[in-house]
Amino acid sequence: MGRYLIPLGIFIVLVGFLAVGLNLNPREVPSPLIGKPAPAFSLPVLEESGKSIARDELRGKVWLLNVWASWCVSCRAEHPVLVELANRKAVPIYGLNYKEVRGDGSLDARQMAPADELALARSRASQWLNERGNPYVASLLDLDGRVGIDYGVYGVPETFLIDKNGVIRYKHIGPVTPDAVRNVILPKVKELNAAS
Amino acid sequence: MLRPDRQCGVLRRLALVLFAAVSLAGLPAHAGEAAPAAEDPVLEKRVTELSELLRCLVCQNQTIADSHAELAIDLKNQIREKMRAGESDRQIVDYMVARYGDFVLYKPPVKATTVVLWAGPFVLLLGGLASLFFKLRKRVRQAQAGEVMTEEEHLRAAALLQEDPVGKGSTR
Amino acid sequence: MIPELGSFSLALALALALVQGILPIAGAARNDARLMGVARPAAHGQFVFVMIAFACQIYGFVANDFSILNVATNSNSALPLQYRVAASWGSHEGSLLLWALMLNGWTVAVTVFSRHLPEEVAARVVGVMGLIGVGFLAFMLITSNPFDRLLPAVADGRDLNPLLQDPGMVFHPPMLYMGYVGFSVAFAFSIAALLGGQLDAAWARWSRPWTTVAWVSLTLGICLGSYWAYYELGWGGWWFWDPVENASFMPWLIGTALMHSLAVTEKRGTFKSWTVLLAIFAFSFSLLGTFLVRSGVLTSVHAFATDPRRGVFILGLLVLVIGGSLLLFAWRAPKVGLGGSFGLVSRESALLTNNALLSVAAASVMLGTLYPLFLDALNLGKISVGPPYFDAVFVPLMTPVVFLMAIAPFSRWKGDSLPALARRLRWAFGVALVSALLLPLTTGKWTPMVALGLFLALWVFVTSAQHLFQRLRGKADEGTVLSRLRAIPGGWWGMWLAHVGIGVTVIGITLVKGYEQNLDVKMATGDTAHLAGYTFEFKGVTERKGPNFVAASALIDVTRDGKPVATMKPEKRMYTVQQMPMTEGAIDPGFTRDLYVSMGEPLPGTEAWIVRIFYKPFVGWIWWGAIFMGVGGLIAAADRRYRRLAERAAARRPAVDAAAVPAVAR
Repeated sequence: MGRYLIPLGIFIVLVGFLAVGLNLNPREVPSPLIGKPAPAFSLPVLEESGKSIARDELRGKVWLLNVWASWCVSCRAEHPVLVELANRKAVPIYGLNYKEVRGDGSLDARQMAPADELALARSRASQWLNERGNPYVASLLDLDGRVGIDYGVYGVPETFLIDKNGVIRYKHIGPVTPDAVRNVILPKVKELNAAS
Repeated sequence: MLRPDRQCGVLRRLALVLFAAVSLAGLPAHAGEAAPAAEDPVLEKRVTELSELLRCLVCQNQTIADSHAELAIDLKNQIREKMRAGESDRQIVDYMVARYGDFVLYKPPVKATTVVLWAGPFVLLLGGLASLFFKLRKRVRQAQAGEVMTEEEHLRAAALLQEDPVGKGSTR
Repeated sequence: MIPELGSFSLALALALALVQGILPIAGAARNDARLMGVARPAAHGQFVFVMIAFACQIYGFVANDFSILNVATNSNSALPLQYRVAASWGSHEGSLLLWALMLNGWTVAVTVFSRHLPEEVAARVVGVMGLIGVGFLAFMLITSNPFDRLLPAVADGRDLNPLLQDPGMVFHPPMLYMGYVGFSVAFAFSIAALLGGQLDAAWARWSRPWTTVAWVSLTLGICLGSYWAYYELGWGGWWFWDPVENASFMPWLIGTALMHSLAVTEKRGTFKSWTVLLAIFAFSFSLLGTFLVRSGVLTSVHAFATDPRRGVFILGLLVLVIGGSLLLFAWRAPKVGLGGSFGLVSRESALLTNNALLSVAAASVMLGTLYPLFLDALNLGKISVGPPYFDAVFVPLMTPVVFLMAIAPFSRWKGDSLPALARRLRWAFGVALVSALLLPLTTGKWTPMVALGLFLALWVFVTSAQHLFQRLRGKADEGTVLSRLRAIPGGWWGMWLAHVGIGVTVIGITLVKGYEQNLDVKMATGDTAHLAGYTFEFKGVTERKGPNFVAASALIDVTRDGKPVATMKPEKRMYTVQQMPMTEGAIDPGFTRDLYVSMGEPLPGTEAWIVRIFYKPFVGWIWWGAIFMGVGGLIAAADRRYRRLAERAAARRPAVDAAAVPAVAR
């Protein structure tokens, strides 16, 4: 009878995998950048025209990089959570404003002059933050999405946690939830702050 | 559940321009041989060939070549730029993998975790054929030892069912 | 009111399915004719109620009743009537109802055509199908009721995905489901045989036509889906190795193996346990496909909106149906005798080898499809397995299948010798090989893949011609060629046509992969483009209003050497409800090539458009081959032999009962 049980055995193993699979999200792509230095950038700051921030200026502290845009619907859901997190002052949050103009499907940015695009992005993003509160220490304008590609962004919002040495420690895909803040982000921030 | 915003395949921008461009079959102003859509068709062919091997992270079941998602278009531009700068396909693939992981490769690389994937079919093939061969050989021996139904028994069984006996008529 | 009637009918159908699933099987075990007699009326009753439910659903869509959630999310009042009907199976819930209807259709067919079967066999078969019905009806009523109300109702629906607004949607899913569900008949026969302990040649003979018809439906269903993708997606792709395509391809491969295995079991009484296992697998793969599409464990273009509860339910159903039948198999199959003897080189061996190869191919498709899930479940990272993998793996696996396929009909049952076979086929081999090596040279582009594909196809054609010729010559004294052709049984013709069909499909795949050409150009009115000897002249774009879309419709005149070939009208459509643009390619089909034109984006600021032009040699052969296979299958299933036997068996039923072919003990 033994060998007649082989198909059943294989099937049971398969069912095990399928059952585990039910609780996985096949769409979520983990970042290969975890544990790697955060990619370099130097981008104009939303809040202060003429100023830009580079990655290396942020060394020496633990910080969050939150990818957002005013056209992003899920960002609206996430925003209050970020504002609350910012009020706690547990960790500085920097925004990466991702393709503010080009990412909006209802605009055609292809014909726009670069200066116009920057101005439009500034006004749209500032207005959005004025309405909803600004949790960011600063928002960096990634107009063409190049920095986004370097960070492996494939959907907005996404949030990266970066340590004092500029190494990416964690990536949250999708809107940050209060649960994720409480159970994952804050404990990790604490741990990273404690490390030298 | 909330998901990240993804504009999969929906080119809303297109909607704006689509019907602005409907021409009224007017006078052909500059009729002639149509210009290639790409500035450099040879390079474009390379771009397409490479992007056909890469999975779009937004639509996830399309290659970057087929996808109309914003990110896919950005990545295609990135590939084009890098090819212009003289980078090899290998370098560009490494660039993509460094950012998005093995997930972007439709052809998984051969490594420890994918050995079963790549070797599996051929192991199954050889194993299946080998076990079939040994089984058949064993049967032939059993037949010689009289363990298998003999031809007469088989014919008798068939006759009971009023079937065509084996080998008659329908086969040659 | 109508939706409630639908829900109520489903509940009644479930009750009848329970009766149909339990009483006849119990009756067969206790040899109680009264209980067994319940099978047919219960099955007919279930069919009637599922039919009523289905009619209620169609009514909801046709009458635009947007108080039904399913209608509101998948239809729209502007949607043309035929697509409103098709939209009813566009959603998860609606397609399940179609599934259930198909199952009932098959069951009724079994009750009608099984009058010659021993009563307990028929009772068990119908009973097993009743149990499957219980599973699916319960699934529908508990997690996915197609009649759930949306309160308050909305003014208009969200519309059917524009991709699905196509005649393909009308025909492809029903055909495909008919194939999937059709394998439940072979499955039910196997379970009945295992339950009754009568795994014999008779069982194989009864299952054969059912399996063949299911296989034909699946073949044509896949073919339709592939052709639909070809003309709909705007660039002429026809197979993508998407998880859901794979989910239909796996049962096809196993079903193909099953048909051949049944032939051996019927003719020679051998390899019964293997055949039973294949019958279980063919249906199991159909169910696995259902799980993969509806549970969300894999991302697919075809996936329905998912709900974890559904995944859990179907997984439970899989465990019960597949696990239960494999357990029954492990318990009963060891008692099955070995059957007739045959030599190492024989038609039996050839068919079984092909069987093994097809099963390996199916297992490989499964491995590739589920591997990302395996790795993810083991936390070993996320990967993608796509066309480059399957192309690399599948060609070496299928090459021996096609090669052997051409040999098997020449080998003799029971025993043959390799040298004799080689002598019989050496000319065919030589002709195929030499032509395959030389033919590509005439095009100026020789690649090993083209040579391999051509060799396989020519090998199939030449051996098939030889086979037909020998068959006619063998009976040279029996009348005219025509009467001799007619005397060949349907089963033989079916096999012959289906095998030729494989060759036809291989030609299509090989040549389109090897010699396809394309051109992306910017075209304004009056511009011309040249590809593969054809001249394409862009005559301009006009606006056209459809029922629920507006389209920019281009006019392109195609000429060759100054002579008109075709007028093509590719479109770019904007579906107004979902605000979704769609590309409608235009195709000029031909025997040796298709011309394919589709519109890209308009170029901003000008009147020009990006136009994509494709020259696809022999692409149509891919689907013609599948049609050959389908027609072959139908001819085989309609073989007079089965009907004659049915009549004879009906007349002799008591004798058959007593005989029940002695499964000779080891």
